[in-house]
Amino acid sequence: MGIFSYFRSKKSTAQVAKNRLQIIVAHERAQNSGYDFLPRLRQEILLVVQKYVHVELEHINVDVNRDGDCEVLEFNVTLPDSKS
Amino acid sequence: MGKIVVVTSGKGGVGKTTSSASLATGLARRGLQTAVLDFDVGLRNLDLIMGCERRVVYDFVNVIQGDATLNQALIRDKRVENLYILPASQTKDKEALHQDGVAKVLEDLNSRFDFIICDSPAGIEHGALMAMHFADEAIVVTNPEVSSVRDSDRILGLLQSKTVKAKNGEVIKEHLLLTRYDPERVQRGDMLSVEDVQEILAIPLLGVIPESKSVLTASNSGEPVILDEVSDAGQAYSDAVARLLGEELPQRFIHPVKKGFFSRLLGG
Ligand SMILES: Nc1ncnc2c1ncn2[C@@H]1O[C@H](COP(=O)(O)OP(=O)(O)O)[C@@H](O)[C@H]1O
Ligand SMILES: [Mg+2]
Repeated sequence: MGIFSYFRSKKSTAQVAKNRLQIIVAHERAQNSGYDFLPRLRQEILLVVQKYVHVELEHINVDVNRDGDCEVLEFNVTLPDSKS
Repeated sequence: MGKIVVVTSGKGGVGKTTSSASLATGLARRGLQTAVLDFDVGLRNLDLIMGCERRVVYDFVNVIQGDATLNQALIRDKRVENLYILPASQTKDKEALHQDGVAKVLEDLNSRFDFIICDSPAGIEHGALMAMHFADEAIVVTNPEVSSVRDSDRILGLLQSKTVKAKNGEVIKEHLLLTRYDPERVQRGDMLSVEDVQEILAIPLLGVIPESKSVLTASNSGEPVILDEVSDAGQAYSDAVARLLGEELPQRFIHPVKKGFFSRLLGG
């Protein structure tokens, strides 16, 4: 593999920055949304999910997002690679 | 009745003071009575950028504490008509800018000015909250960089919860001003693009100010960069002023300029 295809195959750092921002901003909006039970909810979801698959806290996302007039409570659990 | 506009960001060093100075100057040049207020207690800087540092006698805190009248403290700009500057105090006591005092000063200004531009300090503490508290509109100054975008989002949350308008169930009109933008780096993929930042912050775009050498030369000589009419940053600020007044203009400085051999050679 030549050096150019190496660079091309990598995501641009701007793209990485954007993805990181989308996650942290959604997270912080949820934290500041006035629902102070969200961190505890996240912990409890972790315990439930861990009964079935091995995940860590960082794989669980609990966010409140605004969709027009209503607020949506969103859970996201990233599953580990089946191989590892 | 005037309009109170806060220029804010959360993060420091992103261009709030540069932007406050140029936007206020641009509004005044269009014949609007404009006052620009420095809320950065202890770190007065707007006076330097406006080039009136030698003419400061009284400041914002003197007015609040009754040691001077507002008219005594307001500095009239020597270049542009209709433009006045209220300098920040260099006192260490940040709480001196208390809510009732700020309310009285803004009320007084509001009865005689069309625009009151509030240059906010960095952070999300007392000073920043005071600068935004009575605002009708907010200009959120953001750099295309992760920490600045994140802090801007925090500031948007505060604008929507801590201000008088928010508490009355009204909405503050928010504008995104993206500054220090480098279209070449964006094209190379190592800087967030204007679309990226807009997608995350989801507020209307007031303008994109390019990274420009003219900003430093302007601040060296105490002339708001908008007065440098040939500079890219100056023109970008003029466009932003027009948009603030409701005009619709295309964005001009978001694509790389193709440089010829000679301009490269001359380091242009
Ligand atoms: N468009 C720009 N291009 C180049 N330098 C800039 C630009 N905008 C601001 N700066 C520089 O960034 C620094 C911080 O600007 P300033 O307006 O004081 O930020 P803040 O008030 O947010 O702390 C200053 O040195 C200023 O000259
Ligand atoms: Mg400043």
